[in-house]
Amino acid sequence: MTTSPAPKRKFSLPYTLIVEKRVEDTPRWLPAATSIGSVLIAFLIAGIILKQIGGQPLVVMRFFFQATFGSWAVISDTLVKATPLILVGLGCTVAFKMKLWNIGAEGQFYMGAFFASLVVLLPMVSADASRWTVIPLMMVMGMIGGALWGFIPGFLKARFAVNEIITTLMLNYVAILWNNFWIFNAWSDAGFQMTPQFMRAAWLPRLTDYARQYPTLSGMTLHLGILIAILAAVIVWWILERSRWGYEIKLTGDNKEAARYAGINISRNIILVMMFSGALAGLAGMSEISGVVHRLQERISPGYGFTGIIIAWLAKLNPIAVIPVSILFGALIVAGREIQPAGLSSLLQGIVLFMVISSDFLLRYKVRVAHRS
Amino acid sequence: MPETPYAVEMENIVVRFPGVLANNQVNLKLKQGEIHALLGENGAGKSTLMNVLAGLYRPTSGTLKVYGAPVTFHSPKDAIARGIGMVHQHFMLAPTLTVTENILLGLNRPRFRLNLKQFDEEIVALQEQYGLRVDPRAKIWQLSVGEQQRVEILKTLYRGASILILDEPTAVLAPAEIEEFMHTMRTMVAQGKSIIFISHKLQEVTAVADRITVLRKGQVTAEGQSIEGMTREKLAQLMVGRGIVFSVYKEAQEPGEVVLSLQDVHAENDKGLPALRGVSLAVRSGEILGIAGVAGNGQSELAEVITGLRPCTGHIIINGEELGNRPPITAIRQGVSHIPEDRTHVGSAPNLSITDNTMMKSYRQTPISQGWRINYTVAHDTAVKLKSAYDILAPSVDTLARKLSGGNLQKVILAREISAQPQLMVAVQPTRGLDVGAIEAIQTLLLEQRKAGTAVLLISEELEELFALSDRIAVISEGRIMGIMDADAADVNQIGMMMTGGKEM
Repeated sequence: MTTSPAPKRKFSLPYTLIVEKRVEDTPRWLPAATSIGSVLIAFLIAGIILKQIGGQPLVVMRFFFQATFGSWAVISDTLVKATPLILVGLGCTVAFKMKLWNIGAEGQFYMGAFFASLVVLLPMVSADASRWTVIPLMMVMGMIGGALWGFIPGFLKARFAVNEIITTLMLNYVAILWNNFWIFNAWSDAGFQMTPQFMRAAWLPRLTDYARQYPTLSGMTLHLGILIAILAAVIVWWILERSRWGYEIKLTGDNKEAARYAGINISRNIILVMMFSGALAGLAGMSEISGVVHRLQERISPGYGFTGIIIAWLAKLNPIAVIPVSILFGALIVAGREIQPAGLSSLLQGIVLFMVISSDFLLRYKVRVAHRS
Repeated sequence: MPETPYAVEMENIVVRFPGVLANNQVNLKLKQGEIHALLGENGAGKSTLMNVLAGLYRPTSGTLKVYGAPVTFHSPKDAIARGIGMVHQHFMLAPTLTVTENILLGLNRPRFRLNLKQFDEEIVALQEQYGLRVDPRAKIWQLSVGEQQRVEILKTLYRGASILILDEPTAVLAPAEIEEFMHTMRTMVAQGKSIIFISHKLQEVTAVADRITVLRKGQVTAEGQSIEGMTREKLAQLMVGRGIVFSVYKEAQEPGEVVLSLQDVHAENDKGLPALRGVSLAVRSGEILGIAGVAGNGQSELAEVITGLRPCTGHIIINGEELGNRPPITAIRQGVSHIPEDRTHVGSAPNLSITDNTMMKSYRQTPISQGWRINYTVAHDTAVKLKSAYDILAPSVDTLARKLSGGNLQKVILAREISAQPQLMVAVQPTRGLDVGAIEAIQTLLLEQRKAGTAVLLISEELEELFALSDRIAVISEGRIMGIMDADAADVNQIGMMMTGGKEM
């Protein structure tokens, strides 16, 4: 009989790592724990890199927290950045839940901003219209714009099986250039690449607007969009976890053949989910122009649409978890403006994504340390 | 170290999963040069035990010896290094690579330059030795299932396996291939290999095994008994713990009105070739119409056109409503239940819970659906009821479908499809790959449906099953119905003739 001897090791430590496939169910707390762990490890690695290049990690980290959560004023700034991120992150969550890889949130964001601007710029309302008509109309238009930009790839996928990754990515550029066309040309404000400022009725109420009654609120730019975003998170959670449509999305995402067998109209759901996903990103675009910039202009998004992808994954496609994750990423954006080196924020974002993706390994495998016998 | 007659000795193996004792003090001793059959119902712990031997799981306690030497496996690599190779039920081959490339995959050789020709020759030599013929240059996707299985076995042999674990190897084979496969097993044993053979088919076990070990609910009920004097009935008794009725009792019953009728139905298969060429038949309420045929003669397509999963021409009428070329939802609304051929890829959602899987068709109806809302409390309670009514073995209804054994998953599907109280039940290979206990349970459920007045279309490759359950048997060959006859009056030889395309006598 031929039996090969047990493999010999050149050197050996007294302990060894054993990696096993998980046979039992993954514990409920583990996905959240890996997300939090990913963030902590990302900060640790960034700290080591800072140290290596001669910085003082602890000082920088303390400054990071001061600049983002240190006072009510900076918390307001952080939440302003978190607002579009929540909405875009929700849009990605909805699509990813059905395994539709919508990476076109950036374009949907711009189309949402464009359509919402139409209310003021066409104009669709009279100049003295009240806030109560203008804002809801802008929200609806923003969602229509985003939904339209989701419909195109959705329809192409449902009808002709065109890969949505390609179409959504390409449509990002179309949307940005479409926006540019109008602000460079027809709607340009005295030759600048921006439209004239919107009338006050098209502004989402901000905290600073109430500074006269409550002086402490002075300078705080946090706007109503944050409440809209949180409300949207609750609605998306309800749809995904409690509604019939959410069940169909979940089933189709897990096994398309089984969904077809269960009588679900997959083509229709592809289009609807892409539209819903786009509408959320479009609402983010509306909230940004109506709550922050108050006009349509170039570069209204520093890549919110792409950050939304990372957020959806870090939140493990849980709509409620999207909120704290977005606040973290909002903080990273705020910190990026305040901290030297400025690249630290992007560095952290990158490491976080890397950690989240690799930590999925822990959900499927068990690692334990054993004494070498 | 004393010479030992045993290739493998597993002693007092205990494997505990949360909530389940999968193996409880299990002993298994494999002699050198024997075929040792491992029997047991689905979920009896056979796969767990073999995964321990193959290094995939670690036992909670117990000892493992290979050729007399105690071993601890940390990974499948360690097991392979000790000469243990496992051929899984689901093949793990790369379809676009050649046979040789697949065999070399994952090995450390060649170190750098791949001289395929040299390896082709090595593999041909290995094939000659064991009678496992398959063209080394062929791509995997070009091979039949039987040939692919040979590649899997060659893969383990090439890695120097002297102890082979074959997990239900015959489940995927056609009858002629099974004959050849049993011959291969005997050749391998004659050349000094030792084989553990897992099977549900008791005839095969009695034909090929030297000794058997039987598991029931994680415990050994027969340890290394000689196959001499074993009968099918005795084996079934050991597996299930009670007598098994091999032919379920079918009560005489007058069928009612015609529920389903097909008129001149044509359809194409996935490759765009004609699969159904003018099928006409009718099924009445309280009747089981069996469809006999060699695999791939249009049976799958027949089930799919009725359930709306495949386009067709011609008429499919259920209770006066046209079903042909309608989306699947139409069939579901008309009370058509479907037990699909592929229970993992079509019949269930692997990463969703038992609850989610049992409501796949009822989520649109009250009480689970309340307008746009799904009442998950009701869904959960319904699933709990189904779980106990259909005897589904799982820690809870929150267990994911992919954690279930084949028999339990099939029970989930049956629970869902039967609880819809269908007018028509389309059952495709409902008992394939299941153990005797589960087969009996599922056949009994189908007969209960017949009694309840459901029209049942039963598509099966097991003639024995068709004869036991059907009122009438239709034979399909190359997409045509060759003839329909009463099951009582039908003759096996005649059906066999018609299955291969012969004319009705």
